[in-house]
Amino acid sequence: MKELLALMGFGIVMAAVPLFVSSGFALNIIIMTLYAALLGQAWNILAGFGGQFSFGHAVFFGTGAYVAAVLQVRFGWNAWAALPAAVALGAAVGALVGALSFRYGLRGSYFALVTLAFAEVFRILSNTFEFTGAGVGMMIPLTESAADFQFASRAGFLYVILAFTLIACLVTWWLKHSRYGAWLQAIRDNEESAAALGVNVFRVKLGAIMISGALMAAGGVFYTQYFHYIDPHIAYGPGVSVEALLGPIVGGMGTLFGPLLGAAALHLLGELTRSLMGDAPGVSLMTYGLVLVLMVTFLPRGIIGLFSGRAAPAKPEEARRA
Amino acid sequence: MLELSILFPSILNGLTTGAVYALIALGLTLIYGVLHIINFAHGALLMIALYGVFFLHQKLGLDPYASLLVMVPAMFALGYLLQRFVIWRASHGKDENILLVTLGLAIVLENLALYVWRSDTRTIETAYTFSTVNILGAMISVPKVAAFAGALAVGAALLLLLAKTDLGRAIRAIAKERHGAKLVGIDVEHVFAMSFGIGLACLGAAACFLLPSYYVSPQVGNGFVLIAFTIVVLGGMGSFAGALAGGFIIGVVESVGGLWLGESLGQIGIFLIFIAVLLFRPQGLFGARA
Repeated sequence: MKELLALMGFGIVMAAVPLFVSSGFALNIIIMTLYAALLGQAWNILAGFGGQFSFGHAVFFGTGAYVAAVLQVRFGWNAWAALPAAVALGAAVGALVGALSFRYGLRGSYFALVTLAFAEVFRILSNTFEFTGAGVGMMIPLTESAADFQFASRAGFLYVILAFTLIACLVTWWLKHSRYGAWLQAIRDNEESAAALGVNVFRVKLGAIMISGALMAAGGVFYTQYFHYIDPHIAYGPGVSVEALLGPIVGGMGTLFGPLLGAAALHLLGELTRSLMGDAPGVSLMTYGLVLVLMVTFLPRGIIGLFSGRAAPAKPEEARRA
Repeated sequence: MLELSILFPSILNGLTTGAVYALIALGLTLIYGVLHIINFAHGALLMIALYGVFFLHQKLGLDPYASLLVMVPAMFALGYLLQRFVIWRASHGKDENILLVTLGLAIVLENLALYVWRSDTRTIETAYTFSTVNILGAMISVPKVAAFAGALAVGAALLLLLAKTDLGRAIRAIAKERHGAKLVGIDVEHVFAMSFGIGLACLGAAACFLLPSYYVSPQVGNGFVLIAFTIVVLGGMGSFAGALAGGFIIGVVESVGGLWLGESLGQIGIFLIFIAVLLFRPQGLFGARA
């Protein structure tokens, strides 16, 4: 209950921001932070709660982004109508990747690799066919009306991404407190034991990757609407996959607020390095990579681990299994 | 059906490209076989090695093949230090952590290169860059033939090292039974770092053989990293013969696939093979089922 109240408080504060802040620059930072939190929460559901580390979450993001763009540009759909279609297809791609990899028992590094390969396959396909605009990418027509999921002011986008992020957080909250979530976490902690206790491992993992894929796809739709443009590298390249996993790792995997905390911390850091080093190419990503290494080395439970007092992880010598 | 006169050179070209892939994959498979970790930074480290060869040629006028004498030991040292002081410490004994740390390393190296050297694509020119040899009517470039020979030599050297030396015996012991190896007095941490170093030394060699016919840019490693994973998985994780054979197979698939489907779509064959092998035969063509 305390968590739900905290979420509600967070939602109210964020929703009030446009009343006091009118600077487009500041609103943009908040929007991009919420957007990163959404991607992070999607990844967190599969990795933090399900123990399945995906390195190719772009495959779901890109599918959402392209479905939105293709339906609008090629078929004249309204963007709001394209949203559920994109989310459904994101879940469907999740089902495809999940069914194949979980049916054949891929785990750990192998699962990470196969998701990466799927993202590459989709990138090459979208880069090849005229239907998706090939290498040039796709531009969606600019209309600037709320009825078309394009807003004249940034506040409109802020409300949409806030709603998406809150939905993702509610799903995560449900995972923490439901029977299904308990099954999922049991699989993360010990797949064999979970199976022995009667958990249908395959179906539970499949559900998790579909939820995760659907939320990622919603992030993809938002991206397309916010930037009016999508291309194969943005949609299916490694950038999005890394962005999705960075936040939860920095903030704290397998927790409700970790991805929000991580997204905020990373955006603060990003703005800080930008003001210190200027817009030189590579600098912000370099700091992100550095943060990833440092977090895993010194704070494997994320920022949130600083506040909850569980025992520190065992030393490598003791924990390392042959 | 394609004309044989087109297909044959394409296959030969694929074999020579595959040799370089095999060299890269040899390092990756050694690291996997011993440490049971997947080194996501492999592509980025290859990129660093390629810059090394490039600057040795540009600043000191060193021939890329002479750079072997510098790059192989330099990359070995880098690998030893990285494993001993960064990756091992960060891992906390969990495989996921190693995945994440090597991913983080890859991001840092790639963007550091982008920051320092910008995204320019750089090539070197040597007297033999554009010379070709005639092999049964097919014209194959000399650097690629050299790479082919180099890959076989490095593969043979690795096999000898593993079979005949004390270090090789220690590596094999650890790959089989980590705790047992420790009990009989093998310094596991040292051998891990040696293995990682040797794996990167292979990258150093690969860079020297690659640059005369290729280019270097901060993102150059990305193209290789998934290909190298594919080869390692195809050949069976930890198998040297598998990595060599897998390299040749993937080289030919890419070359012939490109001929059929065009440059962009041709690469898709590699990833489809990768996914299929991971799903249906994860032990690879040459690996034994665990």
